[in-house]
Amino acid sequence: MTRRTGVFVCHCGTNIAATVDVKKVAAELGQDEGVVFSNDYVYMCSDPGQQSVINAIKDHDLDSVVISCCSPTLHEKTFRDTSAAGGMNPFQCEIANIREQCAWVHKDKAKATPKAIKITRAAVKRVRRNESLTPIGVPVTRKVMVIGGGIAGIQSALDLANAGFEVVLVEKQATIGGHMIQLSETFPTLDCSQCILSPKMVEVSKNPRITLMTSSEVKSVSGFVGNFKVKVHSKAPFVDPEKCKLCDDCTPVCPVVVPNEYDLNLTGRRAIFIPYAQAIPASYTLDEEACLGLNPVVCGKCKEVCEAGAIDYDVKPKVTEYEIGAIVAATGFDLYDKGYLAEYGRGKYPDVLDGLQFERLCSASGPTGGQVLRPSDQKEPKNVVFIQCSGSRDPENHCAYCSKICCMYTAKHATLYQHKVHDGQAYVFYIDIRSGGKGYEEFVQRSMERDEVIYLRGRVSKVYPSKGKLKVMGVDTLSGKNVEIDADMVVLAQAMVPSKGTAEAAKTLKIGRDKDGFLAEAHPKLRPVESVTGGIFLAGAAQGPKDIPETVCQASAAVSKVIQLLSKPELEHSPTVAKVRDSHCTGCEMCVDACPFEAITLVNGKAHVNEVLCEGCGTCAGTCVRAAIDVKNVTQLQIHEMISACMGG
Amino acid sequence: MAEAVEVRKVAQESGEFEPKIVAFLCKWCSSAGSDLAGVSRLQYPSNAVPITVPCSGSVSPIYILSAFNKGADGVLVSGCHPGDCHYLKGNFFARRRIYLVQKLLQFIGVEPNRFRMSWVSAAEGTKYAQVIADFVKDLKPLGPHGKLGAKR
Ligand SMILES: Cc1cc2nc3c(=O)[nH]c(=O)nc-3n(C[C@H](O)[C@H](O)[C@H](O)COP(=O)(O)OP(=O)(O)OC[C@H]3O[C@@H](n4cnc5c(N)ncnc54)[C@H](O)[C@@H]3O)c2cc1C
Repeated sequence: MTRRTGVFVCHCGTNIAATVDVKKVAAELGQDEGVVFSNDYVYMCSDPGQQSVINAIKDHDLDSVVISCCSPTLHEKTFRDTSAAGGMNPFQCEIANIREQCAWVHKDKAKATPKAIKITRAAVKRVRRNESLTPIGVPVTRKVMVIGGGIAGIQSALDLANAGFEVVLVEKQATIGGHMIQLSETFPTLDCSQCILSPKMVEVSKNPRITLMTSSEVKSVSGFVGNFKVKVHSKAPFVDPEKCKLCDDCTPVCPVVVPNEYDLNLTGRRAIFIPYAQAIPASYTLDEEACLGLNPVVCGKCKEVCEAGAIDYDVKPKVTEYEIGAIVAATGFDLYDKGYLAEYGRGKYPDVLDGLQFERLCSASGPTGGQVLRPSDQKEPKNVVFIQCSGSRDPENHCAYCSKICCMYTAKHATLYQHKVHDGQAYVFYIDIRSGGKGYEEFVQRSMERDEVIYLRGRVSKVYPSKGKLKVMGVDTLSGKNVEIDADMVVLAQAMVPSKGTAEAAKTLKIGRDKDGFLAEAHPKLRPVESVTGGIFLAGAAQGPKDIPETVCQASAAVSKVIQLLSKPELEHSPTVAKVRDSHCTGCEMCVDACPFEAITLVNGKAHVNEVLCEGCGTCAGTCVRAAIDVKNVTQLQIHEMISACMGG
Repeated sequence: MAEAVEVRKVAQESGEFEPKIVAFLCKWCSSAGSDLAGVSRLQYPSNAVPITVPCSGSVSPIYILSAFNKGADGVLVSGCHPGDCHYLKGNFFARRRIYLVQKLLQFIGVEPNRFRMSWVSAAEGTKYAQVIADFVKDLKPLGPHGKLGAKR
């Protein structure tokens, strides 16, 4: 095998050259078999550096190159493009990482230089056996699925539909709206949440490009970027939204009362119910689990009274299969369970509320019509203590991270309370105030100065009921004194955690989650709305704690990435896929079972790779006892030669 | 046998023995983790030469034997944490296979400590540096590996 390889060693200024003798690397490699050109240059990735590669390819008739420089994650693409510009097949270019994996982690030049030579030689050995490849073209489906119907999902669906794409919006609950629809007013402008969200929800229901699937969940996803097959399970729609006239005749006759999730269990609802008046789809829903029984029908009262004939107990749940090009995961957050907060009563004291319950109390559509009243006795509380960082920023016991939005909504809660109860006093316990954002700091300042909320810097160690009040034991670290407050109500600003649905969706979509369970982005800085799986994008609080403006930004950003992906007629799939040597294959099917992508099948007794499904992971190659299957350009022969190079051979 | 012990002793006492290590790193987690170690300028011994593979699941037992055969004193395979594989389940295969390789090495009389598997994520630069440092430290007392080496 006679190859004409060029080796290019980069100094990276002094980043590499300070610890690796780059001239020596170039000189040694120049002696290797098949290396017809070798050189070093101060910045290989600069314009003159790249040009020198192009010139060398042409002048020395190179058929392969190795660039010995930084990590391939940085410049593999750069130099493959450069190689193509020089007229070479880009897959004949390999990177030897002598910066991150060598120069930066060693100080001793006498040790780093031989290691750099080994790394570079391994790449030379590898590239000598590289095949020239062309990316595989794959057609795309121009339809997008959005999972989760909170503000993140709603914004994504509307943006996509307005850009001309077909959208399927899948929401677990009976209505879209997510947590935002439960909020009363929103910081920092105090505009009413319902008033800004409801019109968008109506838009979703009216947009002909959006198929809305409520009470539905994604059950399975197969395929790959541009060509997913998604199965959606929908609960049986016992009430036909087309026929339901919203007359409310059904609820009074329903004998079952269960806690109302929309009001965070501050009120009750019937088994047949509408989550709230503005719900989308605008229809009543029959909660099968709460109902006395449908099979056989135990009660049947709601159907009896429904004049519109909208109720049918015999409908069945259904599974719909969609062909989808890209997916946006927008499955949102939950609050950290009060049950974990032993020091604050584990959720057992009725007047210790969470932030969302307090939102419902403040909301005009809430259980008290917007009056702040204690759940235990419906009296107006005169002393209310707000406790920030309940479960946040506590790596020993709870969540290590900052939930980011609680400083702001606590300031909002305290402000709203002061506006509603003029003779009341709000206290806020905080660690520090984090109010980065347009108009945010001013908002917090106003709550202190104009609305006279008392801010106490410190943690609360315990809350317990005492003589009809809640005793709050805290500390004010600024004065260094212990503080005891007899409160009528306590509101906890619990940490934001990924919703249960987020964990489920991540599992079905096979996308990663970070250490706290939020959906993991492909790169924390440069690819914040993409998952590592091609074609699956992230939006909203499912990716990390965030407020509404940030959620909306991220949703629109995810959509722009989806549009980027789906606006091409074909997608390019990496051609470094598995390849079978028929002469060696015995048809044992070990690789068929091992393949994570179901890309291998047995055809005429031999393994056959579907190149579009294959991701090139090589699990098959690691499994095959006869070495009959290999990933192109990382073949077993190549690895063996690389091992030799690493051992100095 | 006695001779081998003698060689080892000499190597240990002179303090000159530097084990040669081949490190198979999966592209998505461990190679990225080693990049992070670099970006963070962490220092660790230069004994291990990395070979980046698509997935720890692609590392065939033959690679490990081949490395020993070609003169390695230690072999490391490092992948994504179980459950975090970029290719969904490749590292589960790696884990199962590694168990077999360990048994095999034991069977043919190679010290099991010469072969190591680690889970290093893209965020664990410090861990990568530590894994290499520990491995080098643990290999030194074992001395050079001769069992599977080709007679050249
Ligand atoms: C007490 C409190 C007060 C707040 N006040 C403000 C404020 O004043 N201003 C502000 O800007 N922000 C505020 N926020 C933050 C705001 O609520 C969030 O930023 C916003 O709701 C995030 O929207 P989302 O769509 O990402 O998530 P969510 O609102 O949680 O929506 C997620 C949706 O996905 C659905 N879902 C989940 N899993 C699945 C699944 N597997 N399949 C299908 N559907 C699924 C859920 O049912 C839900 O409808 C407040 C938050 C809290 C807790």
